[in-house]
Amino acid sequence: MLLSSGDLQAIWLTVRLAGIVTLILLLFGTPLAWWLARSKAWWKGPLGAVVALPLVLPPSVLGFYLLLAMGPNGPVGQFTQTLGLGLLPFTFWGLVIASVFYSLPFMVQPLQTAFEAIGERPLEVAATLRASPLDAFFTVAVPLAMPGFLTASILTFAHTVGEFGVVLMIGGNLPGVTRVASVQIYDHVEAMEYMDAHRLSAVMLVFSFLVLLALYAWRPKPVRGA
Amino acid sequence: MKLSRLMPLLLITLLGNAMQAQAGEVSVAVAANFTGPMEKIAPAFEQATGHKALVAYGTVGKFYAQIKNGAPFEVFVSADDTTPARLEKDGLAEPTSRFTYAIGKLVLWSAKPGLVDDKGEVLKRGGFDRLAIANPKMAVYGAAAAQAMKQLGVDVALEPKLVYGENITQAYQFAATGNAELGFVALSQIFKDGQYAPGSYWLVPPALYPQIRQDAVLLMRGKDNPAATALLTYLKSDAAKQVISAHGYEF
Repeated sequence: MLLSSGDLQAIWLTVRLAGIVTLILLLFGTPLAWWLARSKAWWKGPLGAVVALPLVLPPSVLGFYLLLAMGPNGPVGQFTQTLGLGLLPFTFWGLVIASVFYSLPFMVQPLQTAFEAIGERPLEVAATLRASPLDAFFTVAVPLAMPGFLTASILTFAHTVGEFGVVLMIGGNLPGVTRVASVQIYDHVEAMEYMDAHRLSAVMLVFSFLVLLALYAWRPKPVRGA
Repeated sequence: MKLSRLMPLLLITLLGNAMQAQAGEVSVAVAANFTGPMEKIAPAFEQATGHKALVAYGTVGKFYAQIKNGAPFEVFVSADDTTPARLEKDGLAEPTSRFTYAIGKLVLWSAKPGLVDDKGEVLKRGGFDRLAIANPKMAVYGAAAAQAMKQLGVDVALEPKLVYGENITQAYQFAATGNAELGFVALSQIFKDGQYAPGSYWLVPPALYPQIRQDAVLLMRGKDNPAATALLTYLKSDAAKQVISAHGYEF
């Protein structure tokens, strides 16, 4: 076997994490991107800046604040404890929530651009045909923005797979729970197990290349005349 | 432009550079647990010798990988004795230069006052959810913690409660932020200038874990750098030893 069971466990965990984060962000990122694309409210700018923050912030900053916020004395930690959920650091769902923040701009920004590109016109036409706003969104905007959805989902998935600093800060390196592939590779290097590090790194390299190839080579054209 | 006016400035600059070159610089890699004392030793070393120590802090495994791949470190202040020995065998360290600059102490610590008793009974009693340790696979303090738990016969029972820091600094961070109620940390992290940090602690008896011998070594790149040899000499001086023992290390 090329990869050890620990490596396979780490890969499976990574895929599960990235998949769940992508689904959650599709659910919450879409209305947010829609609002950012359409709204004329004054706080659209500040909100857009907050969404983009994880692009600029070092993961160590994000991880450090999440560790404090989710800790027993932090606001999030006190909230989850009141709900009887315990503390989030060192849990899989803690990682999910951290990754949702970390990958937020990778979902919202491509979607926002796609929605903005549609413009007002198709939706106005839909409205004259008596489509409700919700109806128009699903039958007009979503098909037109399909390439945006694809790009956003692939980028979000890939970016979560590549996550390292935040996981290291709040994960606690628990096998099968928070030890994702990037951390597993780091562990191999730290333990001077360079062959193991090579194998898993090669798998990650091939995977990342294929994802990006899919993104660049196979980009569907927007549906016309929907 | 009048060159004559610039001349004095130029001379000063050149002279300054020359003096700096004579004083010299040494690039040194320091294990994370020794951060506290090194932050005091580096300026004192500069004051005493005129040499400047450019210090990088990190994990031993990372430094090993970097040094093996040509990192420009001249002195390595490790957290263990096996990695410097390994560098010697790889021909990357000067064989006769290695010495033990400190012996590390393991301590069980909680940011909560009163949680840790002075016999470490809390490990058997329970009443906590998370216990942070450094990763035993790669950090000496982690390996020491794992060994101590085994000796106490609590390793199996505590296994589900363990969370792993990539190094001892992160184990401390988990405990200091309260995300883990307990943590096995280095004494140097909670004992500074003869004072214990707030919270509660238990000094793990040395019989429970293999001695943590922390070695420093001259790397091949620093072989001909007087500043590098001067730093190793300074680490053995009484002034440095005073700082080191004030941080809870022994010799």
